[in-house]
Amino acid sequence: MFYREAGDFKTSYQQDNQTFPIRFDRYRYYVVLAVAFGVVPFLINDYWANAILVPFLIYAIAAIGLNILTGYCGQVSLGTGGFMAVGAYACYKLMTAFPEVSMFIHVILAGGITALVGVLFGLPSLRIKGFYLAVATLAAQFFLVWIFNRVPWFYNYSASGQISAPEREVFGILVTGPNAPSWAIYLFCLIFVTFAGILARNLTRGTVGRTWMAIRDMDIAAEIIGVNPLTAKLSAFAVSSFFVGISGALFFSVYLGAVEVGEAFGIQKSFLVLFMVIIGGLGSIFGSFAGAAFLVVLPVVLKVVGVDLMGWATDIVAHFQLVIVGALIIIFLILEPHGLAQLWRVAKEKLRLWPFPY
Amino acid sequence: MLDQAEGYTTADGRKIGGVVMEMKNITLRFGGVVAIKDISFDIREGEIRAIIGPNGAGKSSMLNVISGFYTPSEGEVWFHGAKRPQMRPFEVARQGIARTFQNIALFEGMSVLDNVMTGRLTHMKTGVFSQALWKGRAEKEETENREVAEKVIDFLEIQHIRKTPVSRLPYGLKKRVELARALAAQPRLLLLDEPMAGMNVEEKEDMSRFILDVNDEFGTTIALIEHDMGVVMDLSDRVVVMDYGKKIGDGPPDEVRNNQDVIDAYLGVAHD
Repeated sequence: MFYREAGDFKTSYQQDNQTFPIRFDRYRYYVVLAVAFGVVPFLINDYWANAILVPFLIYAIAAIGLNILTGYCGQVSLGTGGFMAVGAYACYKLMTAFPEVSMFIHVILAGGITALVGVLFGLPSLRIKGFYLAVATLAAQFFLVWIFNRVPWFYNYSASGQISAPEREVFGILVTGPNAPSWAIYLFCLIFVTFAGILARNLTRGTVGRTWMAIRDMDIAAEIIGVNPLTAKLSAFAVSSFFVGISGALFFSVYLGAVEVGEAFGIQKSFLVLFMVIIGGLGSIFGSFAGAAFLVVLPVVLKVVGVDLMGWATDIVAHFQLVIVGALIIIFLILEPHGLAQLWRVAKEKLRLWPFPY
Repeated sequence: MLDQAEGYTTADGRKIGGVVMEMKNITLRFGGVVAIKDISFDIREGEIRAIIGPNGAGKSSMLNVISGFYTPSEGEVWFHGAKRPQMRPFEVARQGIARTFQNIALFEGMSVLDNVMTGRLTHMKTGVFSQALWKGRAEKEETENREVAEKVIDFLEIQHIRKTPVSRLPYGLKKRVELARALAAQPRLLLLDEPMAGMNVEEKEDMSRFILDVNDEFGTTIALIEHDMGVVMDLSDRVVVMDYGKKIGDGPPDEVRNNQDVIDAYLGVAHD
């Protein structure tokens, strides 16, 4: 009824290859974009920006990055937090070294630097797979956090060992530091999310994405067919780390403002992003958004329900939150291993025929 | 009948050309086990070449040597008049050798179309950056290759399952999709490892028809391993027979059928 592909004919392969081949989907996408860019910035306040929207956008980028590596290329990574830290510290060094350059350039360059680091730590993937690779990336996680703590050059020899973001502007509008308006921070992140989503979708629908998925599904057959495992795996590590680095740079510079590396980019961060990808759906760009939204909104909802509506103590709710998130992850893994994205796909397939399923 | 340079004409009148691939004194060892022992044979332009033999004769090992999966312990592989250096399998694929597997090796998480498009990989050149931008070169290349892929899909009559995930397909169709993926590469040499294994008579007939059609329409050179003797004898132009890693026969099907060594290998021989 609402969701129809009948009568929606395609006459060229370009049309068939669109991101949203179904007209209804396409319009919905335009509406979401229009609301996100045209309406939300006028309504946003500090609470909404800091509690929900900005972390959602930033985690969405990280989840897209990890989904490319783990969901599309099948290389399990537990080093996401470490790579986010690389993005954050690269951004910090660039911000302090070149104060007059636009934040856009800094964040993108921070992503590029993280991509290089990611390729370096991706090298073991050429030899090892599965659990063993996960452990190797875990080593990357601890090593990176350790090095950012131990080498004072990274935090500009500050006494506390922390890094804090100086005030920087984009086109004359403040986007970092405590005085940045929330709509500017939101828009700044939204632009990166939009481009991350589009680039990731373009990569995954074309040749590069197919080589990644071929490696994921059966690496031996992929090689027989002409996939060079070296370039396929390392390009996945590079692209994935690029997005993760951007999210780390944004997380530090526009969201937190000041960062202590072990706390902000520790192993919990790696697991959080991995849960987002698993709950959202491995191998789906939409799933990355859904997973990020789910895990960002869930604590807020639990807090509102538990503390404000039920009147429970804050610490009890905080503990319950851990239990509920843990239980949900187990439930998801058992009932729908393909995550929210698969639920969405099934719902769409049902809707195509609704209300006459036969 | 067989002229070294010119090739030969088959019983049904097809012209077979010069040598595409030549295996010279191939030996393959795994530790102390000798899987292939000093075998030489050639594959000619446009022919259907079968490799047969009882279980454990070394047929699949031979196919793996051709596709670069194993490096022979001794001997040389010549492809299109040049000695092939030691290569990784993906480099062999880029030379124009495609293959299917005995146990289906499709990419289960991808749709049929994506699987077939993956077969076009060796023809796609755009890098990560133009892919990320999509508009322009990447989209053009995608569309051009899609046309080739669609021709193959059309040819093998799998249009209706184009967008279906491979994991949902029945066995026979999976085999066909795997053939489509190999064909999409427009290979100069197509290797089929037991294309009819586990099929019923009808599916076998379909597959035989496809193999003959591929050879006929695209002029593809095909080397295949098969256990079904009826199929092999009907399809192939020349047959290599292996037993215990050694070559015991080589020639047109009729000749091989009457070879005493071959009969002994298949039916057993009385030891008295």
